[in-house]
Amino acid sequence: MILYLLAVGLSVTLGLMRFINLAHGVFAMAGGYLTVTAMARFGIPFLPSVALAVVLVALAGMLLERFLYRRLYQAPILEQVLFSIGLIFVSIAIARYFFGPLAQPIALPPWLSGPVDIGIGAFPAYRVFLIAVGAMLALAIWAAVERSRFGASIRAAVDNRRMAEAVGIDVNRVFMISFGLGTALAALGGSLGADLLPIYPGYPNDYLVYFLIVVAVAGLGNLRGAFFVALAFGIVDTTVRYFLPEVGRVLIFLLVMAVLFHKPHGFAPRTEA
Amino acid sequence: MTSTRALDGLVLAALVAFPLLAPGYLDLGTRMVILALCAMSLDLLVGYCGLVMLGHAAFFGTGAYAAGIFALRAWDEPLAGLVVGGAAAALLAVMSGVVLLRSRRLTLIMLSLATVLLVQEAANKMTWLTGGADGLQGISMGPVAGLFVFDLLGRVSYVYAAVVLALSFLAFRTVVDSTFGRSLVGIRENEARMHALGTPVDARLRTALVISATLAGIAGALQAQVAEFVALNAVSVEFSGEILIMLILGGAGRRYGALLGAPVYVFMQDYLAREDPTNWYLWIGLMLLAIVFFAPGGLTAWLAGLARRVRRTHE
Repeated sequence: MILYLLAVGLSVTLGLMRFINLAHGVFAMAGGYLTVTAMARFGIPFLPSVALAVVLVALAGMLLERFLYRRLYQAPILEQVLFSIGLIFVSIAIARYFFGPLAQPIALPPWLSGPVDIGIGAFPAYRVFLIAVGAMLALAIWAAVERSRFGASIRAAVDNRRMAEAVGIDVNRVFMISFGLGTALAALGGSLGADLLPIYPGYPNDYLVYFLIVVAVAGLGNLRGAFFVALAFGIVDTTVRYFLPEVGRVLIFLLVMAVLFHKPHGFAPRTEA
Repeated sequence: MTSTRALDGLVLAALVAFPLLAPGYLDLGTRMVILALCAMSLDLLVGYCGLVMLGHAAFFGTGAYAAGIFALRAWDEPLAGLVVGGAAAALLAVMSGVVLLRSRRLTLIMLSLATVLLVQEAANKMTWLTGGADGLQGISMGPVAGLFVFDLLGRVSYVYAAVVLALSFLAFRTVVDSTFGRSLVGIRENEARMHALGTPVDARLRTALVISATLAGIAGALQAQVAEFVALNAVSVEFSGEILIMLILGGAGRRYGALLGAPVYVFMQDYLAREDPTNWYLWIGLMLLAIVFFAPGGLTAWLAGLARRVRRTHE
């Protein structure tokens, strides 16, 4: 479910803006660090910390977009990849400098720790919370993109930038805001998931593959698909690790390759290329 | 335009001069040579085919492990080990190429990452074969071609690696200058048009992948033989990234890029890691950003620009 949160943000920036942003994990990590710091240093409770982190990261994201990313939209893939890698390295260094190389412990609020009985049995409250948030967010995003005017302008800007501009949509602003949204979602995922996926300087590197897998298998820009793929991935991964631990991650990677072999563009609905 | 013969001569001269100028740094030199070979093999894919992939460590690592295991269990002659390493990597390329080459851009990057992780996971779990997280230890190499015993000073290692690099560079150059090589550039520039011309694009790309992997596997085999050890992080995403960075630093698709980028990177890493180990990532990150925004062609492009300006002032 966290995977969904993280990946959907990436699907937004990648699919909608066609920019290879491998540094997505950086924003998640930033969100996580900010939340932890807010809670530990300033004593702000969990939810407000998360909210604060999300807003700050979104702002930072929009700034970065405005000044750095924007210059590279037309650049070849290699440049975009290098830029993302450079960004990842710089943030890892900054993270390590300020926070040290170890994982950050996060003190979950009491209403989230411990089991919760939701009718079919007792589950850890934290997990239930994550699932609930994920589901609600999925709905919210779907509603926003499919139904709202802003969502329409995003889709327009992506399908045909010039026409969208001709019709009067301020594409630059649209991109900046969607990037902000994408990074906000990443920060949300990072913060909420801080207990499950610990925040440490290597965060962007290690989890990058997983976000990329979800986005690639679902298809770029396929936000609804990202939900199902992330879900499927989580289920398969957990099951495999539970029953066949020696196999580890090999199986899931092979599975991903098999899927992509059949559908090289993921499950995205085929719009004009 | 500077004759490429002259530049080739320069490369050869550098290879020969290095042990004379810096005899205490042969280990470093050998490392530079091996990584230059690896980066050069990546250049074929990234620079000439235009396929951006982050999975090259998979080929390097496979070659390293294959050569290491071969030396450990079968025969410790180094040249045979090179063949085994190259072949193993080529095999991996054939198998993974089937899936990898069906995609481009993001999916390709992701799949190449998955390949590295797959190989890494396999190497990690198959402890009985690879030593797992501890790495493959206890390799001891016999003399090269039965004649040159590896000495403690690293002289034979350096010469061995340098000769392999020189020969591989010749091979690389031949491929790149051939019609095959030119068609790869065509595919990079406009794949659709190449299809329209009737070029067997997929077959060409697959061949390029195999050639690239073989060279990387040979580099890996060299590494295993020279170090007599294979670390698990030879197959890591970080290492893949490092090779890419080395190539970019020198300049991709520019023939000599890898040969320039790898030594510079290794030198910087050695120097900066000694002076300021914690901030290595920061410097590299900043350098990457600088390259992207200011010098996309890497050092070779920058030098070529300088040379052009110098020549113009002389006219």
